[in-house]
This record gives sequence, structure tokens and C-alpha cells, in this order.
Amino acid sequence: MKYTEDHEWIRLAKDGDSDIATIGISAHAAEQLGDVVFVELPDIDAEFDKGDDVAVVESVKAASEIYAPISGTITAVNGTLEDAPETVNAAPEAGGWFFKMKITDASELDGMMDADAYKKFLED
Amino acid sequence: MNNQTTEKTQLYDFHVGHGAKMVPFAGYDMPVQYPLGVMKEHLHCRAAAGLFDVSHMGQAFIIADDGKFETAAAFLETLVPCDVKSLEPGQQRYTQFLNADGGILDDLMVSRLGMDGHQHWIYIVVNAGCKTEDFAHINKHLPDGLKLKILDDMSLIALQGPKAVDVVSKYIPKARTMPFMSSLDVPLDGMWCHISRSGYTGEDGYEIAVKHTDVVKMCELFLSHDEVELIGLGARDSLRLEAGLCLYGHDIDETTSPIEAGLIWSIQKHRRAEGGFIGAERVQKDIAERPVRRRVGIQPDGRAPAREGTIIQNMNGKDIGIITSGGYGPSHGGPVAMGYVKRRFSRVDTEVKLLIRGKAKPAKVVKLPFVANNFYRG
Repeated sequence: MKYTEDHEWIRLAKDGDSDIATIGISAHAAEQLGDVVFVELPDIDAEFDKGDDVAVVESVKAASEIYAPISGTITAVNGTLEDAPETVNAAPEAGGWFFKMKITDASELDGMMDADAYKKFLED
Repeated sequence: MNNQTTEKTQLYDFHVGHGAKMVPFAGYDMPVQYPLGVMKEHLHCRAAAGLFDVSHMGQAFIIADDGKFETAAAFLETLVPCDVKSLEPGQQRYTQFLNADGGILDDLMVSRLGMDGHQHWIYIVVNAGCKTEDFAHINKHLPDGLKLKILDDMSLIALQGPKAVDVVSKYIPKARTMPFMSSLDVPLDGMWCHISRSGYTGEDGYEIAVKHTDVVKMCELFLSHDEVELIGLGARDSLRLEAGLCLYGHDIDETTSPIEAGLIWSIQKHRRAEGGFIGAERVQKDIAERPVRRRVGIQPDGRAPAREGTIIQNMNGKDIGIITSGGYGPSHGGPVAMGYVKRRFSRVDTEVKLLIRGKAKPAKVVKLPFVANNFYRG
């Protein structure tokens, strides 16, 4: 699992020759947002560049953008979040995942934080 | 507000000690939420009792040197459209300060003290973000023989929710049956306070002015009851929005008239007819000709909240208004919003569209409030 400075996590898996990344927000981000009441997810097959707005997560308080942590094509979205957005709070780094992407350029993952580095990033 | 320094209420350490997340609001460091979180705080307030620090608000007395209530009331009636003169001792009303164009400078509570020897005193509570301007506005118009006395030694707290009555009446038995929008000046467990049966949540409850030196003790006393939880600004906003109540600077401001805002109920009939307050011409024109736009409740279809600033369109895609408050209503169980639309679209059940992140989403005009008021009606 890798983390970004925008408090998103990425978990990589192989699907044949492709690298598929599952993406969500960190437990820290979920706690900071508070009770999640709505998640707007991207369309399947939509393409994004690293840094693009991909999704929106809304808490009781406010709406926040979710950025593409890497470039790629959406292969799946977590339909559970449409009826149960609170899953993001209950299991942010597991069942509360947002979407899956087929990665365009795996080198974009270089330099992302692992769990220990992210923990240290939060402390700093 | 361009100065960076924020003030603290007397309860700052109390909030921090109870795990509050503090944010700057109207020049004050205020608790936006406690460890319970916005959703649970909101639901707790509707189910039991919630304690709020609203000490950032402005409190003042208007007192006539001649010792007559009528003198102070006649003056205040030149600045607000509500009937002040007919206030009975211990009675409270909601009103607004208007500018010369009939736009709302602030909304406020006005009461006549009920205590013997002080029944000529008028007590007002104004919004934190407007208080400096409000007090300057009053002083500018204040004639000789009247005084504005700003209460800088009093805190203000609110205990709201269906069980607030059980807590407060343990100390003030009369509080159980005191009418909605009335006040008492009494000791509460030895701490002198001005307590009114009113609030900003749509629930039964009380607003309590208490000396700075007693406020922490009073909050600890309330919090010692199992029914009571601390409620931050986050839930305060979702509670008032579900209750259909205006937030100054958002749902009402200097560009909105009280008639557009649907506040005609707060202007008693003879004052509508007779005027005699700043902004009366606009109010009378809006009543006679009906306003160009109206504040309405907006129910978005689906789950996506429509936030402040969202454009409202008719079914042909033409802009007809804007959302002024919007979010998620925990008790309503879905998104809730209010905003202004051109009058012909203000009828309940009118179908509209909301431009949320570039996409037109269906919604309809609904009657406010989203959650029925639960005021004490005797």
C-alpha cells in the first residue's frame, strides 16, 4: 500500500499484464472529513491524468475533491458507496475504496510513501 | 473581517478540554465539533439535549433615562419592523435591522425584561459577525435620554432539545411551563441568569445569559446530566437548516428584504401598514407588489448535497436562482437546502434543476422546515 500527500492510498495488483490500482482515502483523511454522506464516483472507462479531479466526497460539513494519484483508466467503482457512503468512515482503507484504475505509467508510483513514511508525514 | 487575531470565549479551555476541534468563526475561536462528531451531535440534540456556546453573539440593553419602557420601545421601533411597544414584561420577539433600501443588516432577538424594577429594559441579542456594526448603527440613531449598554461581562449558552426542559426545570421549576419566546431573570443553582425559551434548532429549549465568572460552572452542571452532550457549530448549522431558519450572511443579507426572505410573520400587521422604521418603503412595496424572488426550501433528488452558491435552473435550463444554504440533514436523512428563486418558481412542488459540478440534477421546491418544529406550546 502506498500513500500520497493528498491522503489517498493506492494498492497495486496484477491483472494479466496490466497494473490495476485500487484507490481510496486514508483513515486519517476519513477521520478529518467526519461523517461521509455522499460520494460521487467517476464513469467506467474514463481516463484521467495524475492530479485530475476524479471523484467528490462530501461530509456533513463540506465537499472535498479526490484527485487521480496516478494517470490511468477507470476499470471499476465501488457501488457500495452510493447507498452506504458511511463505509468510507467504517473501513476507509478496505471496504471504503473508491475506484480502480488501469495504470498508464507505473513510474508515477515512484517516490510515494509507504505506511511508515505516511505515518511520519502525518506526525510532521 | 481582515484582522487575523481571534478572540476566545470564556469557555475556550472548557471546549479544548472536552476535545473540541476549534475553528475561527466571526472573529472567535469556536468549537466546530466535539469527539462525538457532527452527525451524532445533531441527532443527539433532536433526541435528548445539546449544549451550545453562543457567547460570541452580541448582547446589549437599551434603557431610557426616564425609566419608561415606552421610550426605549419607541426608539427601537424606528430601527426594526417588529412591534416592540406591545411586548409584555418577559416577552421576546424575533426581528431585523434594515438599511434604507429595506435590506437586512442583521437579525436579532428583542425582549423586555420581566424582572421587577427592570421592566423598562430592552435586551437584544445580535449576530457575532455583525455586532460591531449593529451597535454603531444603534448609537448613530440613539437620541439623548437613551443608553445602549453592551454586555461585555455576560456569556451566552443554549440548551436545546426535547430533554432540555427536564434538565433546566430541576433548578428552575417554573422553566417547565414558561411560554415559548418568554424569559425569566432567576438564579439557576445559585448562578444568576437571564433565561429565555427560544433557540436556533427548531427544538424546545433555552438560551441562557450568565456571568462570565459562572459560565464554566453552569456548563459543567448541565453536562453532568446524562441527557446533555456538547454540540459544535457544525451541528448547529445542520440543525437550523433542517428547521428552516436563516443564517445571516448566507440566507439573508443587505441585498435581501424580510419579505423576500419569508419573514413577514415577524412584522406585526399595524407596523406593515404604518411603517415608521428604516427600510419601511421597501417592505411595504414588497408586500403590495409581491417580491421579485422568494426564499424557499429545496429538496434535491438523490443523495448529492447542494451547497451554498449552487445555481438553480428551471426545467428549460434557464437560471432562476441560487442556493444560499445547503448540506446534509441528519434527521431528514438526506440532502437539504434553501435558496432564492424568482417568485413564479416559488410554489411548493415546482420542479427545478441544480447545477452541481456542472451537471443539472433534479430537485423540487418544498415547504420549510424539513423537520417539524418542536417548540413548547403549553
